Amino acid sequence: MCALIEFRNVCKYYYMGDNTVVAADHVSFTIERGEFVAIVGQSGSGKSTCMNIIGCLDVPTEGTYLLNGADVGTLGKNELAEIRNEQIGFIFQQYNLLPKLNLAENVEVPLMYAGVGKAERRARARKALADVGLDDKWRNRPNQLSGGQQQRVSIARALVGDPSLILADEPTGALDSKTGKEVLAILRSLNEAGRTVVLITHDNSIAAQAQRIIRLADGKVIYDGPVDEPPKGGGSQ
Amino acid sequence: MSVLDSVTMALKNIKTSKVRTFLTMLGIIIGVAAVIVIVGLGNGLQNYVTDSFASLGTNTLNVSVQSRGATRTLKVDDVYAIVEDNSEYLALCSPTASVSGALKIGTETITGSTVSGVSEDYFEIRGYEIAEGRGLVYNDIATCAKVCVVGEYLNRAYFDGEAVGQYLRLGYLRLKIIGVMAQESDDAPESGGTDDCVYLPYSTASRSSGRITGYVITARDEKTVTQSKNALEDALFDYFDSEDYYTVISMSEILSVMTSMIDIMVGVLAGIAAISLVVGGIGIMNIMLVSVTERTREIGIRKSLGAKERYILEQFIIEAATTSAIGGVLGIGFGYVLSAAATKVIELAMDEALIVTPTASAIVLAFGISCGIGVLFGFLPARKAARLNPIDALRYE
Ligand SMILES: Nc1ncnc2c1ncn2[C@@H]1O[C@H](COP(=O)(O)OP(=O)(O)OP(=O)(O)O)[C@@H](O)[C@H]1O
Ligand SMILES: [Mg+2]
Repeated sequence: MCALIEFRNVCKYYYMGDNTVVAADHVSFTIERGEFVAIVGQSGSGKSTCMNIIGCLDVPTEGTYLLNGADVGTLGKNELAEIRNEQIGFIFQQYNLLPKLNLAENVEVPLMYAGVGKAERRARARKALADVGLDDKWRNRPNQLSGGQQQRVSIARALVGDPSLILADEPTGALDSKTGKEVLAILRSLNEAGRTVVLITHDNSIAAQAQRIIRLADGKVIYDGPVDEPPKGGGSQ
Repeated sequence: MSVLDSVTMALKNIKTSKVRTFLTMLGIIIGVAAVIVIVGLGNGLQNYVTDSFASLGTNTLNVSVQSRGATRTLKVDDVYAIVEDNSEYLALCSPTASVSGALKIGTETITGSTVSGVSEDYFEIRGYEIAEGRGLVYNDIATCAKVCVVGEYLNRAYFDGEAVGQYLRLGYLRLKIIGVMAQESDDAPESGGTDDCVYLPYSTASRSSGRITGYVITARDEKTVTQSKNALEDALFDYFDSEDYYTVISMSEILSVMTSMIDIMVGVLAGIAAISLVVGGIGIMNIMLVSVTERTREIGIRKSLGAKERYILEQFIIEAATTSAIGGVLGIGFGYVLSAAATKVIELAMDEALIVTPTASAIVLAFGISCGIGVLFGFLPARKAARLNPIDALRYE
């Protein structure tokens, strides 16, 4: 059986007038199902670039990205949208909740695009909110919640479609250390329940919660291995 | 995702920005209302004209004769003979004679009254009723009797309602009033109106200073007015051996000419009003473009959660269509209010009972066009939104 995620010499270039920014430089790695991987590196090292490619939000300039053995580069926009909808749950640093919708409606959005009926949608959204301990607030708007609560809503939204892959880009970046730990605990329990979790962070102590670390610097992989191995160079803190 | 989900989403969005949505709708509201009022005005005008003509009789044919230069002069008996010969098509006939000389009641000279010499059939042709006394009869015509029938206005204003048996002067003729016509107009009779009239035998009129100016002839059947007109024209042509000395005008033809003129006028005006619908559509497009820019991040989030381009396109188009549909409904309501107001204004300002009547077809059309415009002008911004690259949209600040 093929790996869940396979990067083969993935490159991402941004062309800014005359100069070219190399955000990902021949990045290669594989992630198996059920792994809990942290992608770490300094600011600007290309972490988000990689995550956007993994999440099918963006496509590589060069190289191949295989998801479940399928070459994502050959897929059309609709197929990519379906993959994002069914297989991937995103957790963003800025939560990215829709401000005009209440919590239940926010969590329902992926189900709506999946074509789930109204009643079932609401039931599943309430269940997902209950799982992150926010069911009693389902009528509230996101701006009526604390940052940690909003991040839990976005986790509920990422989970509601029961995706196999969770992508979290700096999920604790806007939270204090206590709420950050709670979020990490949720991610760990998701991984223990069998989901593949890819966590992006510049914080080594958070990366230490994962089973494996991929360290990037200037768009290149400089370390790929277990957490306990002391990381060499780079990385803040 | 069902269309219902899109509509719910659109309504939610509209609700959260009521003022902006209302301002966006304003163009559509005004456009729809304008179309409805203008078409309603045309419709009212149409009814008004039709009613006015109906009172003149749409089955009448008016013949005017200019026999100067003709080898034969058309005498009254000749016309009666023509009517008789064509009895299949033509029914009643009355010459109309002008009368010169001032109308005087007592010592007072009256101007503005309709004074006409007619036959005993004239009242039936016009559908006039006699309220008091009697109408003209054949004997009055045959004997050139110095009698007349007056309208309700003269009866009331000069004889205190007791005109029958009194006298009036017409030039040097002294006429005995033998009957009073029933009131014709819906409002109080007034000077110069339909109720301000004097009818005397045409023979009496033409024997004094007047002359026969034409004939009013009715068609046997309202459905065959055109054939009747042809028959009459053929007979007159045979008589004169030329087309130059007579004209036959059918009221129903005039009515249809006026009707089509009103139609054209209303069409042009409604077209102008429809321009404001287009302007309203451009307003919607403008706001939708702003809205797409404002909501770029939302679009990015939705795309990251699996929205296909089709769904985003649908969401924005339905939002534009819903906005203009609501605008259309408000416009219809506004159009009704304006129609009622216009009716009132016309009544007050011109003293005419012209009822501005919105037509169902105008309403359906205006509403349909406004929805269509929403879709049409919503399409461009919606496509812009749908085509946004997910990651660029997500990063947008
Ligand atoms: N849309 C873009 N256009 C141009 N350059 C870009 C764009 N996105 C990223 N870059 C560049 O690519 C490089 C990698 O960016 P990326 O966002 O992947 O970094 P990161 O590791 O996520 O950093 P951070 O920890 O600050 O989030 C940076 O140098 C950045 O300036
Ligand atoms: Mg980043």
